[in-house]
Amino acid sequence: MERVAIVGTGQTKHTSTRGDVSIGGLVREAALRALADADMTWDDIDAVVIGKAPDFFEGVMMPELYLADALGAIGKPMFRVHTAGSVGGSTAIVASELVSSGVHERVLTLAFEKQSESEAMWALSFAIPFQPPMHAGAGGYFAPHIRSYMQRSKAPDHIGILVALKDRLNACKNPYAHLHEKDATFESIKDSIMLWDPIRYSETCPSSDGAFAMVLTNEKGGDDAAAAGRPPAWVKGTAMRSEPTMFAGRDQVSPLGGQLCSKDVYAQAGITNPRAEVDVVEMYVPFSWFEPMWLENLGFCEEGEGWRLVEDGVTEMTGDLPVNCSGGVLSTNPIGASGMIRFGEAAMQVRGQCGEHQIDGVRTAVGHAYGGGSQFFAMWVLGSEKP
Amino acid sequence: MRDVAIIAFAQTKHRRSYEGTSEVEFLAPVLQEVQAKAGLEKKDIDFVCSGSSDYLAGQAFSFVVTLDAYGPWPPITESHVDMDGAWALYEAWVKMQTGKIDTALIYAYGKSSPGSIRRVLTRQLEPYYTQPLWPDSVALAALQARVGLDAGTWTEEQMAEVAATSRRNAKGNPFAQVVDDAEPATLLSKDYFVDPLRVHDCPPITDGAAAVIMVAGDKAKELTDRPAWIRGIDHRIDPAALGVRDLTVSPSAQLAAEKAGVADGNVDVAELHAPFTHQEIILRNALGLGDGVDVNPSGGALAANPVMTAGLIRFGELADRISRGEADRGVAHATSGACLQQNLVAVLEGE
Repeated sequence: MERVAIVGTGQTKHTSTRGDVSIGGLVREAALRALADADMTWDDIDAVVIGKAPDFFEGVMMPELYLADALGAIGKPMFRVHTAGSVGGSTAIVASELVSSGVHERVLTLAFEKQSESEAMWALSFAIPFQPPMHAGAGGYFAPHIRSYMQRSKAPDHIGILVALKDRLNACKNPYAHLHEKDATFESIKDSIMLWDPIRYSETCPSSDGAFAMVLTNEKGGDDAAAAGRPPAWVKGTAMRSEPTMFAGRDQVSPLGGQLCSKDVYAQAGITNPRAEVDVVEMYVPFSWFEPMWLENLGFCEEGEGWRLVEDGVTEMTGDLPVNCSGGVLSTNPIGASGMIRFGEAAMQVRGQCGEHQIDGVRTAVGHAYGGGSQFFAMWVLGSEKP
Repeated sequence: MRDVAIIAFAQTKHRRSYEGTSEVEFLAPVLQEVQAKAGLEKKDIDFVCSGSSDYLAGQAFSFVVTLDAYGPWPPITESHVDMDGAWALYEAWVKMQTGKIDTALIYAYGKSSPGSIRRVLTRQLEPYYTQPLWPDSVALAALQARVGLDAGTWTEEQMAEVAATSRRNAKGNPFAQVVDDAEPATLLSKDYFVDPLRVHDCPPITDGAAAVIMVAGDKAKELTDRPAWIRGIDHRIDPAALGVRDLTVSPSAQLAAEKAGVADGNVDVAELHAPFTHQEIILRNALGLGDGVDVNPSGGALAANPVMTAGLIRFGELADRISRGEADRGVAHATSGACLQQNLVAVLEGE
């Protein structure tokens, strides 16, 4: 298998409404920044792979058709991935396989959402016959999982608030993050309105317009970038897992699919003790409580211990396992792009490009995304050294 | 490139409507049948990849629930594209080239019956200036047909000939929807549907599903006497804006055919995803297919056109024909978007 290097990343300033650009303009902005970072032009790109959440969000069916022009894909292979909330991660993985397979040398991959042109909450409120009409929006779906986690792990009520506070303050160090709530405090989050008990307003992700793009190359491209003083991030492992929607035997608090996905990707990367060997994690936390839940699910601690890591400050930027230094999904959520932002922020950490939210000396970083009813998982491990 | 072959194919009987059955219900038998044909069980399958569109189901994340038709437990390695299933097959083929997987099940489904497919497909167009005008898929194809008629690239008689051949060929396909013996002259005696298209120039509205199993290397030979090897596969896209394209030709199909190596050998048979009669003529020209090529012996998309699925069916039909020894080397093609905007071409071959 050909080695894969990330040699360019680019993103838009995420915000609630990018009324100044079309969808095409939005994606082109991120793509041009990734190309500039990679010191490339459109002509250097062999193929384009895009991802986004449901077409209903913007009302454009199969938008790869419309976006072929904006993304310089005319006369090239243009591919579109859709795996629910994990899509940003799976899109990057499909792009990496186009390179690792030897089919292409240089691939542009991009994920986006322009939530201002839609109403995601109602697009995610499923009607019969698909599901019983029991909830409104993703928060209504996930709140019972969180209550179940709290009951099982005996986690105290304030853990979610601690995660939200950390991510919102981290976001202030990331110029591209949507929310910059410099005045956020434990009290302000605690006092915010309860939306889906136990999820408060300030423990919930925003609705964002945004796009994130990456340029992936083969080993030669990675070596050339390194020689030019632009160190790449090397892909050390990729994995995806899916499990059913309607199946009483699955555990939605710590899904088997997530456990298997993490074990697979660590094995590929030669990681035996993720807590010790991983320097920084970007994980998909759309509601605050998912940080302790995923810490356990992804093998960073024993079951029932995730909340203790949060309480002890382990996942702060100053802790030994910093999680979501970018501010995470809790601070920026262009839904279809959120997974790719996790994957891309992991690349930026390895490449030392994160500015104020950079962790010193990152050698190994994990990007994680999930989707559906906690049933689709995508992960990659990146390293500063060639695998 | 690693040798990869299609070893099994299953599809629904294609109908105007499967009203009353969910996607899971009408897909599940197809997934079971294709595994039985391949002699494989779920534990033997390394990767599942599917193609479908939320816009047909009228539901965001519709494919999430549909995956239950496969029964992904214990959890599986799986992916999905909002593209025709032929592109899901391409994703699986790429993954096989990495060496990570040896077997893949690819499926696709489309139920057009819940909505108005002509109106639904307008949502594929550029959203700010074009979508608000609601130009429907048949009207856009009619514009394309008119350009070719005016340019002398094809005639209404040639278009009717394509339809008549397709319907006659479909007599040998028990899964087809539009089957008859009508002569071109009879078809031409009908009124226009959307000028210059008559009903016979347009695809039927179809509910349907299909699945194939693809296997790498020696395993394919173990499982079947005559695997249909994928010798080349490539896909390309043209601009969305119709005004910047010459609609009488298909540069993306031509380029994909070059990259897939169509001209590197004799072509016995071609399964072309041409929803409209004149589009078959465009594709024959783009792919360089001569008069000796048996085009769409299954009847093609004019005989059954389940959206998001009709491209994958072309692969299955061609692979079956090769496996039965009725063809040695053939071309499978899939298209997406208005007026053949995006095209995928593959060359399949027996031993």
